[in-house]
Amino acid sequence: MGGVLSYFRGLLGSREMRILILGLDGAGKTTILYRLQVGEVVTTIPTIGFNVEQVTYKNLKFQVWDLGGQTSIRPYWRCYYSNTDAIIYVVDSADRDRIGISKDELLYMLREEELAGAILVVLANKQDMEGCMTVAEVHHALGLENLKNRTFQIFKTSATKGEGLDQAMDWLSNTLQSRK
Amino acid sequence: MGSFRRDKDEEEDGPTNIYQNLEKTSVLQETRTFNETPVNARKCIHILTKILYLINQGEQLAAREATDCFFAMTKLFQSKDVVLRRMVYLGIKELSSIAEDVIIVTSSLTKDMTGKEDLYRAAAIRALCSITDHTMLQAVERYMKQCIVDKNAAVSCAALVSSLRLATTAGDVVKRWANEAQEALNSDNIMVQYHALGLLYHIRKSDRLAVSKLVNKLTRSSMKSPYAVCMLIRIACKLIEEEDIPSEELSDSPLFTFIESCLRHKSEMVIYEAAHAIVNLKNTNPRVLSPAFSILQLFCSSPKATLRFAAVRTLNKVAMTHPAAVTTCNLDLEGLITDSNRSVATLAITTLLKTGAESSVERLMKQISSFVAEISDEFKIVVVQAICALCTKYPRKHTVLMNFLSGMLREEGGLEYKTSIVDTIITIIEENADAKESGLSHLCEFIEDCEHVSLAVRILHLLGKEGPFAATPSKYIRFIYNRVILESPIVRAAAVTALSQFGASCPALLSNILVLLGRCQMDPDDEVRDRATYYLSILNSEKPELYKNYIIERENCSLALLEKALSDHLNGELNSRFDISIVPKAAIVKEEISNDMMLITNTPRVPKITREEESAARLALLPGIQVLGPIHRTTAPIQLTESETEYTVQCIKHIFAQHVVFQFDCLNTLSEQFLENVRVDLTLPEGYTTRAVIQCPKLAYNELQTTFVIVEFPPDAASSVASFGATLRFVVKDCDPVTGEPDSDEGYNDEYMLEDLEITVADQIQKTKKNNFQVAWDAADSEEWLQAEDTFVLSAVSTLQDAVNSIVKILGLGAANLSEKVPEGTHLHTLLCSGNFRGGAEVLVRAKLALSEGVTLNLTVRSTDQDVAELITAAIG
Repeated sequence: MGGVLSYFRGLLGSREMRILILGLDGAGKTTILYRLQVGEVVTTIPTIGFNVEQVTYKNLKFQVWDLGGQTSIRPYWRCYYSNTDAIIYVVDSADRDRIGISKDELLYMLREEELAGAILVVLANKQDMEGCMTVAEVHHALGLENLKNRTFQIFKTSATKGEGLDQAMDWLSNTLQSRK
Repeated sequence: MGSFRRDKDEEEDGPTNIYQNLEKTSVLQETRTFNETPVNARKCIHILTKILYLINQGEQLAAREATDCFFAMTKLFQSKDVVLRRMVYLGIKELSSIAEDVIIVTSSLTKDMTGKEDLYRAAAIRALCSITDHTMLQAVERYMKQCIVDKNAAVSCAALVSSLRLATTAGDVVKRWANEAQEALNSDNIMVQYHALGLLYHIRKSDRLAVSKLVNKLTRSSMKSPYAVCMLIRIACKLIEEEDIPSEELSDSPLFTFIESCLRHKSEMVIYEAAHAIVNLKNTNPRVLSPAFSILQLFCSSPKATLRFAAVRTLNKVAMTHPAAVTTCNLDLEGLITDSNRSVATLAITTLLKTGAESSVERLMKQISSFVAEISDEFKIVVVQAICALCTKYPRKHTVLMNFLSGMLREEGGLEYKTSIVDTIITIIEENADAKESGLSHLCEFIEDCEHVSLAVRILHLLGKEGPFAATPSKYIRFIYNRVILESPIVRAAAVTALSQFGASCPALLSNILVLLGRCQMDPDDEVRDRATYYLSILNSEKPELYKNYIIERENCSLALLEKALSDHLNGELNSRFDISIVPKAAIVKEEISNDMMLITNTPRVPKITREEESAARLALLPGIQVLGPIHRTTAPIQLTESETEYTVQCIKHIFAQHVVFQFDCLNTLSEQFLENVRVDLTLPEGYTTRAVIQCPKLAYNELQTTFVIVEFPPDAASSVASFGATLRFVVKDCDPVTGEPDSDEGYNDEYMLEDLEITVADQIQKTKKNNFQVAWDAADSEEWLQAEDTFVLSAVSTLQDAVNSIVKILGLGAANLSEKVPEGTHLHTLLCSGNFRGGAEVLVRAKLALSEGVTLNLTVRSTDQDVAELITAAIG
């Protein structure tokens, strides 16, 4: 029985899933990446460029690219779009001022043809901060209700406390697997 | 059978290079493989190798291509393959200067350099520093500091060396890493210690006090790394030179004591470095030199070829500065003549040639000829240079040497080698009248079979210049005309010019030359025909003054300034004609013969820029400078202050037709204040008028800034020689020595007395060099020319040579016909010299000197301007 299972897994998981983590600077992308990889909060500095790591979640292997979110680096995101299976879009829920910019970047990105088939996970991060926006508010501010032809889900998370990430990853792995 | 044959073929060809026939576009296509997941490491390594190979073969990538390739390469960071990652680092370094947006890999590299994988770290640091610019450096500063003090020697070295490279572009950031570098200096690893010293020195090198402190501290502790000790010796030497310690106090200097103690170090490298340093010091005395020379002598008989080479090379280099000391090693050098290493042998012989007595020249030359065919061109050039020096030293030996050189000319050799021989022969001809005829005939022979166009053209020019005044000018005509028949257009054109020189200077040959030039008018090349027609029509005019101005002495404008003058003319109103006489003549640049000429120099020669060309570019920035016309002459800088004072000022005088621009370069050496509105007040002698004063708005600590004063000359040349009082005036503001921020906005006026300035006759004269002074002199015996004559007794000088030197110096004229050299043992001498006075008046001077009790001088000046002629006679008195 186990042999049959691993045979199937081998067939399904023959390729690592390729995931991009995107979002404005300071949203918590790098923190999320290393929380997923080593399960700890590491100190980070603004990412100039990208980090790429292999993350194993429930026996599934992901190749996760965390791209820097500074204005100067956003134009390079597109260089890394091809062959992407899923996008994790991280939003700083406490940053009401820039949620509009965040929305624009998201819509701009989703228009890219190379990402047409990619699954979208939106993380309303920093839910531990006081006075932050709720999931519904973020959902609305990003205009997610207008999204068509896109498999997506929004989660509330706190990367530093490690909350909400598991639910998001569970949903993501299930959705990715069911697609195959 | 077929396969067997192929194998054999391959064997014969030797190993073939699989990268030989790469094509750029197809390799760039292949980089698409980098985007595939999962990454095929082996395949990608191969492609990266191809890219690196292409770049190193000199293939040019466009920015777009390089950027695409670079971004594709960044995808490879997902692979964990160690070899692939290191190839990626190499790729980053190669592409970093061509591709755009290379900062994209900053985070990835930062992670690798701080990560656990030791194999990545050093290489990641080097790659990171190649993509990092001044602004990004601050983001990675913390990591660089950590890496400098890392326990792993490779990491620490990489960080130190990279910092050193960054220091050129981001000096102020790297400066903040001095503490880390200091810590690395205590490392046990020899390379870390060496690189740490390198970085520390670089950080502090502009601050002399800090360097002395560093050196004093380190010379007392004994460093483990021999490399670091060698470096310390070099720094110590530099300090000794800067402090200009006189030779008698040398032994008391702790710096020198340190260098001397290194002569007893256990590492041969350090011993050599110390000996090399001592013999190259500017101020030395025999007592301190002798142990150093003993070391070099010892190394001459070392079984290690490198040590022998190092020692003999050093001896060769200092042979001219310390001939006596090098002579003590002669016995050892003689032994090295037959050294199996040809480089050592060549250097040994050339050293002996430099120090040897006149009597040994022939013997040594014979020895060289025995193996000159076996040594490389590079060392042949060393031999030629040694011969050149010998000729200057022993003019009487020119026949032996000239024969040897002509023999060398006939052998195979590259352009550089041949050029050095021709240079040497030309130098001999110029300096030694006896050698002229034989030298010219050797050169004639050489151009009969010379594959180098540049040399043929030079020799033809020389023949045209010197040939007409040889004993039998006619014999050169055949050699020159042969070129017209046999050579390429460039050489033919040069030959036509040379022929015309004979026509202009030798009336007896004129009719023949006219026939030859007539034939040249049939030449298939435009330039050759044009020149022939030009010279023919001038020579047919039979007017000697036309010959003089258009054939014998074609004006040599400074080309850079001519170009500028022409473009100014085109930009101005075009209703006046272009006047070429306003363009300054190219100054005759005579290179000082330095001792370095004995050393092999591989550095390309810098194109010579005259002082005038340099200052024209600088003065062009001044508003309104154009109205002064072209610059006539720029003088060498003069110090107006003692060195080591609060403010140092040096003055450069730029002479124009009617104006003089004083350029004052000021330096403020006080760190606790800066100066504002800095200007120089001149006390003008009668006749001079100030036209403008250009202040320097701010003079911060240790910054060289410039202020100008523009003054108009008096209308009569006679009162132009005068002296000026000078005072530096400024507003002082006290400031914080570190930040340079002023303590308050209030400043106070102050002044500082400078030494007096002078405008001399020589300042106003640009020297010219007449090829045939007599023709010019005779031509100047006409209506337009004015003459002044006077007789003086020169009491201050006791020899004719001294008299000649001082006349040339006082008048600033260029001597003709080698007349600046007084032959030995004569009582009579005639000095002939010429120049242009500002404003364009030509000056010719004939000075007849006679040695009796003192030196009697009969001076005849011919000039197109009466005032100028009188001024010059007055200058001598």
